[in-house]
Amino acid sequence: MNGTFKLLLASVALCAAVSPGGLWAESGGVAPGVVDAYVKGTWKTPAEGWQARIDQDETQRICSLSRNQPSKADFAAILAREKASVVMPADGNVLGKWEDGEKVAQIGTGGQFSDSATGPRGGNCYACHQMARRELSYGTLGPSLEDYGKIRKFAAAEATATYTKIYNAQSILPCSNMPRFGHNKFLSEQQIKDVTAYLFDPASPVNK
Amino acid sequence: MHTLKYVCWSVLLWVGSATMATSQTADATEKEIERYRAMISDPMANPAFLNVDRGEALWVLARGSKNVSLQTCDLGEGPGKVEGAYAKLPHYFKDADKVLDLEQRLLWCMEKVQGLDIKDVIKRRFSGPGVVSDMEDLVAYVAQKSSGEKFSVSLSHPKEQEAYAVGEAMFFRRSAVMDFSCATCHSEDGKRIRLQGLPNLSKSGNAAQDTMGSWPTYRVSQSQMRTMQHRLWDCYRQMRMPAPDYASDGLTALTLYLTKNADGGNILVPSIKR
Ligand code: HEC
Ligand code: HEC
Repeated sequence: MNGTFKLLLASVALCAAVSPGGLWAESGGVAPGVVDAYVKGTWKTPAEGWQARIDQDETQRICSLSRNQPSKADFAAILAREKASVVMPADGNVLGKWEDGEKVAQIGTGGQFSDSATGPRGGNCYACHQMARRELSYGTLGPSLEDYGKIRKFAAAEATATYTKIYNAQSILPCSNMPRFGHNKFLSEQQIKDVTAYLFDPASPVNK
Repeated sequence: MHTLKYVCWSVLLWVGSATMATSQTADATEKEIERYRAMISDPMANPAFLNVDRGEALWVLARGSKNVSLQTCDLGEGPGKVEGAYAKLPHYFKDADKVLDLEQRLLWCMEKVQGLDIKDVIKRRFSGPGVVSDMEDLVAYVAQKSSGEKFSVSLSHPKEQEAYAVGEAMFFRRSAVMDFSCATCHSEDGKRIRLQGLPNLSKSGNAAQDTMGSWPTYRVSQSQMRTMQHRLWDCYRQMRMPAPDYASDGLTALTLYLTKNADGGNILVPSIKR
């Protein structure tokens, strides 16, 4: 083996060692910088305020590279980071009005480049979850939430955990496919309270 | 003859969409969709064949500063050869030293072969009320000339390999206020959003083949013929991303990834969909 080749081998080993969790290999063998360059070229001049939609935060970055299967260390890091960022309601009450929560669950608009900034905005929970029995138009990307509060005996601690889940799904399950509604400031505190009530109010159709 | 058929279609679709609007159940909508699907078995009754006709007329029309037609444009099979070209796109073009999808290649030929100002063409990239799209028409024409063939894209050139790998990475890239990637909605079998079925496009097989082999397509809900560029634009809209640049290399990379997953799949276009 000649010296140059040894040096080459050593630097390959070094690169493998410093690339976190072998994420480079998991990204299909293309360097993240190359992907970034293509992304830049795909959104050359985003409208004011939209660049943040394109850029990834650390959690999105790790979940993308690991295809939602973070290493043990990354899992722990995401959990800690996302947990620390959860903001609970100042008044300690996580339950709003279930009737308003139903709207949050039903509405699928808001935040698209085709939407008006002042138009209705919802969590589109029904896109992914079965909720009230009477609503037949529900998606299956997430588990059924039918009888959610009833199954949990309407316990206060369960309602608090659910508020947290909706505020930041990844503070409970890193790389969950569910959006981080509160963390990403997509839904307001009131909307999260209302949809938590939709799941937890005994009078809500979810529990009927 | 196509024009006459188109009129019939417009009336039918108008009645059809009125029926769809008033139907109370998703069931009725599904039946309507089935009815439209049955109609595509008669290709001459599909309004997208009007785009095919217009596309053919555009293909042979001399224009641009050089006042020539696109008939010497090389889509990969040799100058002017349209048959079978779509089945092999996107791929690497030596003259451009880039991997191009059909839409990028058409724009390239308009500029280099015809000396056409493509700004106006790009402005009209998606048709709408009062807007006719040269690109949609040309794509309909060129793609239709591969109808009945099977997808077979190449990954032999290093730039094709790079584009494929980037396309795959972009497919799994999560971003924006919903933390979505394409994989959120298209990486498991048998999933749906509301009642809308979601094809699993993350692996080779029937779902990717049936999906890719049916674009470009006439969208009944939009009353327009649409191309893959429009579909990706629409999916990025749902992802709460800004509108991606038309005919950008990132969209071509994604399209190459999706088309490779559809390798061997039958092309039956232009199709007709919801
Ligand atoms: C894009 C899909 C998607 C959307 C939209 C979505 N969720 Fe989820 N949700 C999921 C997935 C996937 C899971 C399972 C993984 C997990 O627990 O994080 C989940 C889990 C949950 C759970 C925990 C279920 C359990 O096992 O206890 C709750 C509660 C929940 N979602 C509520 C909501 C509410 C309320 C909304 C709307 C404001 C919503 N989700 C919107 C995908 C989604
Ligand atoms: C939030 C969910 C969601 C995300 C994220 C998403 N899509 Fe889609 N996609 C859909 C839905 C819903 C449809 C079907 C729409 C219809 O038929 O009206 C669809 C349709 C498609 C189709 C055409 C399917 C067919 O049968 O004709 C392709 C191709 C596609 N998506 C690719 C992508 C790619 C690539 C990405 C990422 C850039 C992506 N999608 C992101 C929801 C999504």
